[in-house]
Amino acid sequence: MSKFKKKNKVTENIPTSALPDIIFMLLFFFMTTTVLRENEMLVEQKIPEATQLQKLEKKTLISYLYVGKPKNTALYGTEPRIQANDVLINTSDIALWVNQEKDKRSETEREMLTISLKADREVKMGPISDIQFELREVDARRVLYASVGRVQN
Amino acid sequence: MASKRGRMSQEVNAGSMADIAFLLLIFWLVTTTIASDKGILNILPPKQDPNVPPPEIPLNERNIFNILVNANDQLLVEGEYLDNTDKLSDDIKAFILNFGAPNAEAMELFNSLPASLKAQSNRDSKSSDHPMQGGAVVSIKTNRGTSYETYLEVLDKVKRAYFEIYAERVGLTAEEYRALTGKTAAEKELQDRGKEGIPMAISIAEPDKIGGN
Repeated sequence: MSKFKKKNKVTENIPTSALPDIIFMLLFFFMTTTVLRENEMLVEQKIPEATQLQKLEKKTLISYLYVGKPKNTALYGTEPRIQANDVLINTSDIALWVNQEKDKRSETEREMLTISLKADREVKMGPISDIQFELREVDARRVLYASVGRVQN
Repeated sequence: MASKRGRMSQEVNAGSMADIAFLLLIFWLVTTTIASDKGILNILPPKQDPNVPPPEIPLNERNIFNILVNANDQLLVEGEYLDNTDKLSDDIKAFILNFGAPNAEAMELFNSLPASLKAQSNRDSKSSDHPMQGGAVVSIKTNRGTSYETYLEVLDKVKRAYFEIYAERVGLTAEEYRALTGKTAAEKELQDRGKEGIPMAISIAEPDKIGGN
């Protein structure tokens, strides 16, 4: 019996003073590792909704083209423009841009290059089909119409 | 007085510090949207050689499901005006699975389908012959003035019809089928079994000049 009594005397407090520090470390880890957005948006982006979404596995194979009305309408006008990386380009520059993107990737990955077309829902089909025509010309035929999920009815 | 102060506890209560840090952490996790690469995948047709005219593939009118979207975002489906797209994917499904005049190969495909899909087949001689190569084609045609949102909505419905058929063939729900990545052999096998013999024949025509620039 005396043995049990001895055990009861052991203090049961776990030191929790280091807990905040651990949590803060977690927080800072998350804050530093999440990349918010690689480049500043120069065009408006209200991505349309769709239900039949597919997810692409390999992020390195994706290049982004943003299409929409320029935010700075005084400088760039109100017609939809194309943004690649962090500059606005014309439709005729797409071929050059695609070739640059292809050069960044290894030989085997080039043909699997997918263009993620992040187009604003206000954009008309005219500019979209011009982009698609240019993409066909340079043989970058995998296009992903970026869209956000919607609950299927 | 000095001795009294010395006796006071010098420790700051740090017990709630962890809670505050947790709140911050959770706030961060909830507010950051990690850019997701989700969307509708479309494979564009190969480049046309200007010297070689595009091959003329004779297709009967009954084998084409025509969807026209005009510059006012109004739909004309198989010659009929449509004011909403709710029924569209069911119509497309019925069109694909029609098996109006199947040849021997298509008949084999028809017999391999599960009973639930066979029941959806109307065997209507006025609709598509069979869903195999050279059979049912869904054609989407827009104007240059059509909004991208409407175009995507229509494309979404067409994809939905196909994915539902594929999923039903392998006994999954459409969501489960779309989530297949093809990374493992088992997933790839399921994917191929769903698609086999029923290619996604979606023809997207070059938009005409109306309503755009």
